[in-house]
Amino acid sequence: MIEPVIDVRDLTKVYQMGEVEVHALRGVSMQVMPGEMVAIMGPSGSGKSTLMNMLGCLDTPTSGEYYLEGAAVSDLNDQGLTSIRRHKVGFVFQTYNLLSRTSALANVEIPLIYGGVPRRQRRQRAIEALEMVGLGDRLHHQPNELSGGEQQRVAVARSLASEPAIILADEPTGNLDTRSGKEVMAVFQQLNRERGITVILVTHDPDIARHAQRIIWVRDGLVERAEQVGDRILADDSQGSEEDKGQAVAVAALDASGTFEEVAS
Amino acid sequence: MSRLLESFRIALRGLVANKVRAALTMLGIIIGVAAVIALVSIGEGFSAYVSGELEGLGTRTLFVWTNRDAANPQQLTTADAEALADPLACPGIEAVAPAYQQGATATYAGIETSPNVSGVTPEYLTVQSYDMKVGRFIEQDDVDHRGRVAVLGSTPASDLFPGSAYPIGETIRLNDVPFEVIGVMAEKGSTGPMDNDDVVLIPLTTAQTRLFTVDTVRGDYVVSSINVLVQSEDMLDSTIEDVSAVLRERHRIQPGDTDDFQVRNPSDMVETVTGITTTLTIFLGAIAAISLLVGGIGIMNIMLVSVTERTREIGLRKAVGAGKSDILWQFLIEAVVMSLIGGLLGIGLGTAISQIAGSALDMQTVVSVNSVGLAFGFSAAVGVFFGIYPAMRAANLHPIDALRYE
Repeated sequence: MIEPVIDVRDLTKVYQMGEVEVHALRGVSMQVMPGEMVAIMGPSGSGKSTLMNMLGCLDTPTSGEYYLEGAAVSDLNDQGLTSIRRHKVGFVFQTYNLLSRTSALANVEIPLIYGGVPRRQRRQRAIEALEMVGLGDRLHHQPNELSGGEQQRVAVARSLASEPAIILADEPTGNLDTRSGKEVMAVFQQLNRERGITVILVTHDPDIARHAQRIIWVRDGLVERAEQVGDRILADDSQGSEEDKGQAVAVAALDASGTFEEVAS
Repeated sequence: MSRLLESFRIALRGLVANKVRAALTMLGIIIGVAAVIALVSIGEGFSAYVSGELEGLGTRTLFVWTNRDAANPQQLTTADAEALADPLACPGIEAVAPAYQQGATATYAGIETSPNVSGVTPEYLTVQSYDMKVGRFIEQDDVDHRGRVAVLGSTPASDLFPGSAYPIGETIRLNDVPFEVIGVMAEKGSTGPMDNDDVVLIPLTTAQTRLFTVDTVRGDYVVSSINVLVQSEDMLDSTIEDVSAVLRERHRIQPGDTDDFQVRNPSDMVETVTGITTTLTIFLGAIAAISLLVGGIGIMNIMLVSVTERTREIGLRKAVGAGKSDILWQFLIEAVVMSLIGGLLGIGLGTAISQIAGSALDMQTVVSVNSVGLAFGFSAAVGVFFGIYPAMRAANLHPIDALRYE
């Protein structure tokens, strides 16, 4: 039995907006197996970005448990969270968030700087990452010299550079035209297939979501349902293979609090 | 360590990206440090100059003169000087040199000059530590016989006898009274406002009776000052007391009344003047330090702007693995680098200013290692002090909030 790479149990997040308490997450439970590619969908304000921030250790939950590769994350301090961001997860943002007036190469090197990778090795790994996203000929271009799709691919290379097990992408194609979006998704799929990197992405777009093997719908801070749309590539698939019609809806049980659990049929 | 180096690199890149802004920010520190360095070195130079001048007067010497602020001052007389010379009354005294001083016209072969003419006794040579160049000094015999002999200081000697190194035996006229030149003194230089070389020395008695019209007090001739040489420096204080006791008794001053004379030691004056100039230096330095403080506030201001401007960058850096300390160092180093570069340039500028001021005011201004170290340390401290708040603000930014910042 393979352990889930991400195991979230009853996660809640409450924001204090002035006088009002905003319940962004009301008790989310979900698991992601190693090598999976999962899309999280839901209307805006459903809490999917909040969930992503929790998964990426950019934010801490109000309550609930989060196990990353079997280790409890929910009670890590700031330093522990920094370490996870540095070594275990790569993050891709909707708005790319590249440093302006800084070459693609230097942008990709940033996480490696904080990972303490020596200079020469850093350069080498950044070049490799950029080649992997098909930008081997754009190393010294600055963001304003690159198209949106290329900028997002630089951002993907940046998330790759520190060789994380998981890449989290928050609306990675949200600012891109269809063609560039497809290019970026192709990169994600390639990384997922060829390198076994677990990819979790948030999207509005059903076409984009279809690239994933599983779709999780979030609504009002709860997991609404989950749907298996493709084969898991590397994960233990012995249970999934028993499902009828290959690409069937995963049998999902929603408990009273809306917690999602995959149940072997 | 290597991470710190990276923070350093990132900080430098940040500065280079905003050259004009960094330069203007540094200007505050440059001016502040330059002002501290220049003012302190000028102050120290002035104080060294003044105390150097005063120390030329000799540290074992006491000056006694009439206190004109007293109610009914009785002038000092030759008899007062003789009383002080009594080893029973003042055991610490080595020599007593009364002098009567007045300006006069000296002429020789149609050349005219106006030196200070002092009537003195043989002890004057020792007490004032003059050296003879040629000839002899005034002797007791000259004083006893009110001889018309004169010893020239180096200034009147070269004025009256240009080209002649040996004017001994020549006759000069002081206020039309003929005097025979018996000696010339070696150059001594000036002490404070007094030119010790523009003098002509004659026997005290001659000055009191033949050359000038001098008052008498109970039959004794008045002197302008009594210079006393004390045997050793540690006897200065006790000798001052002895001298005061003798003179109070002679002048019949009632207990509780103020002295009608003053006893001063040059080192007292040095201390007084040094105290004043030191206070002045500290005061000027403090004013300059205020400008350094203002420069520091400038750094804080620009760092806060920089942090706000780069909020998204900070968020991104944190999201990809930068820890609090990485961000803290990045901004702190940026502030400290600005203040240190500013400090170095300020030290350069301050040194230049103090050199220029030194040559303009004709005195030795020294930029001391202390003031350089102080200014450098202070500017580093300013960088840390005013950099830490913006840096902490940056370090404590929440990655999500920072990334969302518009």
